Amino acid sequence: MTNLQTHMPEICARNVGFQYKQHVALKSINLDIPANKITAIIGPSGCGKSTLLRIFNRIYAEYPNQKATGEILLDGENILDPKYSLSRLRSTVGMVFQKPVPFPMSIFDNVSYGIRHHERLSRVEMRDRVEQALRGAALWDEVKDKLQQSALGLSGGQQQRLCIARTIALRPRVLLLDEPTSALDPISTVKIEQLITDLKEQFTVVIVTHNMQQAARCSDITAFMYLGELIEVGSTDLIFTKPKEKQTEDYITGRFG
Amino acid sequence: MSATTPYNPATARDVREQRARRDTRHDRWFRLTLLTAALLVLLVMLGAAFSTLWGGRLAFSTFGWSFLTSAEWDVVNGRFGALVPIYGTLVTSLIALVLAVPVSFGIALFLSEIAPPWLRTPVASAVELLAGIPSIIYGMWGLFVFGPFMAQYLAPFINDYLGSLPVIGGFFQGPALGIGLLSAGIILAIMILPFITSVMYEVFRTVPPALKESAYALGSTTWEVCWDIVLPYTRSAVVGGIFLGLGRALGETMAVTFVLGNSHQLSMSLMMPSSSIASVIANEFNEAYTDLHRSSLIALGFLLFVVTFIVLMLARLMLARMSRRAGN
Amino acid sequence: MNMSERLYRTRKIKNMIAMTLSSVAAIIGLGWLVWILATTLIKGGSALSLTLFTEMTPPPGADGGLANALFGSVLISLLALAIGAPIGILAGLWLAEFARTSRLGTVIRFVNDILLSAPSIVIGLFVYTAVVIPMNQFTNGSISFSGFAGGLALAMLVIPVVTRTTDEMLQLQPASLREAALALGIPHWKVTLQILLRAAKAGVVTGVLLSMARITGETAPLLFTAFGNQFWNADLFKPMASVPVTIFQFAMSPFETWQALAWAGALLLTIFVLLLSLLSRFVFSRKRGAQ
Repeated sequence: MTNLQTHMPEICARNVGFQYKQHVALKSINLDIPANKITAIIGPSGCGKSTLLRIFNRIYAEYPNQKATGEILLDGENILDPKYSLSRLRSTVGMVFQKPVPFPMSIFDNVSYGIRHHERLSRVEMRDRVEQALRGAALWDEVKDKLQQSALGLSGGQQQRLCIARTIALRPRVLLLDEPTSALDPISTVKIEQLITDLKEQFTVVIVTHNMQQAARCSDITAFMYLGELIEVGSTDLIFTKPKEKQTEDYITGRFG
Repeated sequence: MSATTPYNPATARDVREQRARRDTRHDRWFRLTLLTAALLVLLVMLGAAFSTLWGGRLAFSTFGWSFLTSAEWDVVNGRFGALVPIYGTLVTSLIALVLAVPVSFGIALFLSEIAPPWLRTPVASAVELLAGIPSIIYGMWGLFVFGPFMAQYLAPFINDYLGSLPVIGGFFQGPALGIGLLSAGIILAIMILPFITSVMYEVFRTVPPALKESAYALGSTTWEVCWDIVLPYTRSAVVGGIFLGLGRALGETMAVTFVLGNSHQLSMSLMMPSSSIASVIANEFNEAYTDLHRSSLIALGFLLFVVTFIVLMLARLMLARMSRRAGN
Repeated sequence: MNMSERLYRTRKIKNMIAMTLSSVAAIIGLGWLVWILATTLIKGGSALSLTLFTEMTPPPGADGGLANALFGSVLISLLALAIGAPIGILAGLWLAEFARTSRLGTVIRFVNDILLSAPSIVIGLFVYTAVVIPMNQFTNGSISFSGFAGGLALAMLVIPVVTRTTDEMLQLQPASLREAALALGIPHWKVTLQILLRAAKAGVVTGVLLSMARITGETAPLLFTAFGNQFWNADLFKPMASVPVTIFQFAMSPFETWQALAWAGALLLTIFVLLLSLLSRFVFSRKRGAQ
């Protein structure tokens, strides 16, 4: 079972390109994201790593000037096809952003808000679901006594875990994390990294990070991007010890970036 | 309930697709509703322009261009020309600007460069609060307090000293009525003072401190920093703010109606009663019984709208230029 | 050496003159305004009494109150807010959410800014020609001037203020807040109304309060829309009294009792407007403190 999953890609990017107005941000990316693994995408700023992540749940489509080409396959269906509904896509592929952005409502409502849109649950079911999500994000013990308080009162690290809880509450299969710790202090960062490692049992995780140690610490697979192209992808151990490409080596040894 | 029913992927997907289609539909309606509201903003503007043009058609067609050039305003014989109200509007606004701009500049300078920090916030807030006081209060004050004050103290003084000057003397000769173009201009000046001041102060505060500090570091005095650094840096926005004040002054009704005297005599002297476009409309509209009189008043409204539109447009363009630069 | 010292002295003197003038300007400018406020306080205060709120506006020369005018003002203002605030909020949402850079958005934003300080008397004429006259013709003269028309005119002053603040406040919300909600698969309309508008609530409320302050003292647009009424009237389709129009009529009259009532009305307006501005500041600063 475990063995099978390692060889079955959850997401396959085929010849993916991206344009913003006239500017080409990505050029024919081919990348397989394995299920129940953590894939890290690294590269210098402006290399297109966040852009690629933002294609996986079509969040870019909210901006009229942005256009993606190619195919991204999820269960054999191309999610870039306009017929693939955003509602369906986004409850399957969840995303957590760089800055923690709790909604202006209570902690409980922050988690239940998304669920309520997709499913009709009884009160008891909803409570269970919220608790489950908060436990999954390792936040339950800290907030169980103040679920009705505003989420804006939480610390930065707690807010980010709340955002993760809110996302996994929809039971997605894929979790996209866009530099999830870059706005946090070191202690919160450690907690989130621990959490990410735990999350891969249930989810396929893709994390974009500018922090190479983070990629080395938490990920199974690492992809290195440079100037809108995918330079190299492989198991994290290999990428950080024996990179095949010169550019990868330069980057991980800190010669640029 | 859903926990006990066996999970059926096909039905779940149908439900999901249905919901997605519903969401898309709702989003489309939502967007359309918002767009309608936004278009209403446009409609108010166009409505104001076209309805006054339509309402004034009788006056425009009867008098043609002479509506703009004739100083005759004869209700009994039905002959209407807008020259006096136009003159009154322009002159009172001009007086207001001449008086208010330097004082506003002084206050803004005082607030941004001279006042100690503990004084700055309360005075700035006071100025902003004053900008919100209804203009009718200024008008009443002008009628009951400033008018008599003007008649008793200022007018004789102005008559004696400014009235005897060559060339410009004619502007300042006249009876000490206390009401008239000069009084109205002064009231307007007081009214737009907080308004221009708060725009200027806001703008002055956008000047990067580093820019000022480097000038101070070269040994510049406060005045030199203001005149050579702050003012050139903020020039277009300051002019924009002044134009905003001008727009206010041109269209102001209540502050001037009380003290202008509603006279249709064309007179060079600023001490004489006169009228402005807004004051004529406010004074005569509900007593206008002939179609032509009413139409002439609406036509005046159209003229006012066009003039203020142009002034305000220039103001906004200049302010936008400044904020674009601040953005870069 | 000598010359540079002299130059330095002139520069210092110039600076001192300028600084003195500027301080004097501040004192003079604020002095006028204090004078006006003090007059209103003294003249209005001496005319203030409970009968203002219980008695109707009197016939010339007689004693009375402002009850019908106050009631009319409240009714007309509420109507104006009920019409103007939702339209303003929706228009502001459109500008902020769908038209940040589009051409139509730029045009509407620009027009809205102009409407912010457009002469209110022209708005009065607009409603007169577009609403009062047609209504009069439709109903064969049974409805002409009305509180409804007055409310409509004031609503047009509410719209630009609310539109502008809503647009600004929504644009201040971080893009990631919108994206985070959209990433949960929630449709745009829900994200806008339930997340973004809620996050910007304090700012939008501030805008509505400011617009209320704006219309409170407006006289010109009511003169030929709501007109005036000497009696108590709760029918929105009849002429309706309002405080500003009553002030205008009474202050211009030669009767002392009327003039006293005008001052009392002026004081009430001023206090109300100042309270509204203070309240809007309070709402806004409290929100800032919370974040």
